[in-house]
Amino acid sequence: MIPADLSGIQRIIRRNKRRDLIFAIFGFIALLIGVLTFLALFLQMAFAGWERLTPEFFTSFPSRRAGQAGILSAWVGSVLVMLVTAVSAVPLGVAAGVYLEEYATRSLVTDLIEINVTNLAGVPSIVYGLLALGVFVYAFGLGQSILSAGLTLGLLILPVVIVATREAIRSIPQHIREGAYALGATRWQVTRDHIVPYSMPGILTGVIIGMSRAIGETAPVITIGALTFIAFLPESPIGPEFPWLNFEWLKSGFTVMPIQMFNWTSRPEEAFQQNAAAAGFVLVLMTLAMNAISIWIRYHLRKDIKW
Amino acid sequence: MSGFKQVALAAALVVCGSHAAQAQSIVKVDGSSTVFPITEAVAEDIQKARKGSVKVTVGISGTGGGFKKFCRGEIDVSGASRPIMKKEMEACASAGIRYYELPVAFDALTVIVNPKNTFVKQLTVEQLKKMWEPDAQGKVTSWKQIDSSFPDVPLKLFGAGSDSGTFDYFTEAVVGKAKASRGDFTASEDDNVLVQGVSRDQEAIGYLGYAYYAENQGKLRAVPIVNKEGKAVSPGPDSVISGAYNPLSRPIFIYVSEKALERPEVRDFVTYYMKNASNLATEVKYVPLPPKAYETAMENMSKKKVGTVFGGEAEVGVTIESLLSREAKL
Repeated sequence: MIPADLSGIQRIIRRNKRRDLIFAIFGFIALLIGVLTFLALFLQMAFAGWERLTPEFFTSFPSRRAGQAGILSAWVGSVLVMLVTAVSAVPLGVAAGVYLEEYATRSLVTDLIEINVTNLAGVPSIVYGLLALGVFVYAFGLGQSILSAGLTLGLLILPVVIVATREAIRSIPQHIREGAYALGATRWQVTRDHIVPYSMPGILTGVIIGMSRAIGETAPVITIGALTFIAFLPESPIGPEFPWLNFEWLKSGFTVMPIQMFNWTSRPEEAFQQNAAAAGFVLVLMTLAMNAISIWIRYHLRKDIKW
Repeated sequence: MSGFKQVALAAALVVCGSHAAQAQSIVKVDGSSTVFPITEAVAEDIQKARKGSVKVTVGISGTGGGFKKFCRGEIDVSGASRPIMKKEMEACASAGIRYYELPVAFDALTVIVNPKNTFVKQLTVEQLKKMWEPDAQGKVTSWKQIDSSFPDVPLKLFGAGSDSGTFDYFTEAVVGKAKASRGDFTASEDDNVLVQGVSRDQEAIGYLGYAYYAENQGKLRAVPIVNKEGKAVSPGPDSVISGAYNPLSRPIFIYVSEKALERPEVRDFVTYYMKNASNLATEVKYVPLPPKAYETAMENMSKKKVGTVFGGEAEVGVTIESLLSREAKL
């Protein structure tokens, strides 16, 4: 099959280079479709909502007059719910991931758990909402509160955190563990001083992916009873007396950004569409900000890791 | 999962340990998305008027979802775009929840076509039924089938999604049975989608809440509907209040728990609601009730006439006067 003459070889090289170019073009177009779609959506929202993006928009409560309506209760609600989500899902997810990778001996049971965790990541979010309505809202009596919502979304992103933790742990070279064990370290010492710190960048990526999904969720939050109109803020988490922490806000009613946005898009008045676009713009910015923070933290953590 | 329960329980203990009196000063409203714009306006204004001493939260669970919460005692007031049904009455009764039924405004369903559609001058309920009944599915596809004077062009239908009270009432009033409708039409819970659809298609016809038509009068044309008296009537504040626009207009309600009404903030909220509903309904493009209706409703409440005047049955085309003169029952 190999041609003996030079022109034959040149032909093969040309053909292969052409294929290279074709894939490069295809890959570039594929990339553009993704990027441009996002950019178009983002810019459209930015243009449509630009006029509404004033400081008052962030410090005003919802209103029947589009020009006076703002997202104060929505963004505060989203931030507080995300806080509960992170505080509940991260420790549990990391602990579960570390246990599965470092402690559990491989058996049929752990295999089953593995498969289930991976599958859980694909369960529709409304299912979590229904589960949470029965368990958190009624059985535990947490009510239609920020706490219920945060725990629900925590459940939702738990599989993502577990999977990310395990992936990150697997990328740690085996000789690191062996070195530590050789010096007489216990399993807990290895986990605490090596495994968790080294896998932190990967874990953070997983946490942020999960949180980015959670902040845009509407269905489970509505299911557990998020409000649409609320014109006061939950009590401040910082109290005036010792221990300076106040947990009253956890049981407050709430609304979140996607719900506020959805409510505005379904209004008859055209002016509310502007508000919805502005709220969407802010929601995307919130997600981007979370991503930026994680990239920054990851960069700083990676700097200290030298193998 | 068990790890989660522990954390949730621990968190629950922390939360429940603190005092619960705070939550009591909040007026909790939920229910229909149709009633929401008026309730929102009332909630906004009373919070400003009382300088934050009255706190109101409003959710949208739909009429049915609202009654579920209402009859479990989770909320104080529930908005409803239809009267309470038998099953819901039983649920409330078994939980010992007694309630007042207060009409707050009219919701007029509006049949809309594209402004460029010139051949539809009016429609009868019979003709609407021909378009929308379940048997029409796949068979009635041309305007000519509705009326022989109409051209033979495709009939494109836009309507409310099956979870909305609008859908329930339209099917009840037109087909004669709630939720009985053909399925081959463009359905959306979001009325703005219907506005877009009909405004872009000359062969389209649809129905939606009056407020959406009022906001988009340049893009849509409302079709006059032939009423029980045989007159073709366009929807509008006057024709709705006089009762001439029937059967596609109906009162919408708030239901107030008798027990919750003992709390001063709830009483304040409901009183404020009834006093200002007329103005605020107009502002959000709804048709208000005649002034006397609000007074009568307040009187009925102060005379402790609890219950519903519908007895759990849906009714089409009742006037507000006849409703208010009836005796409420639990």
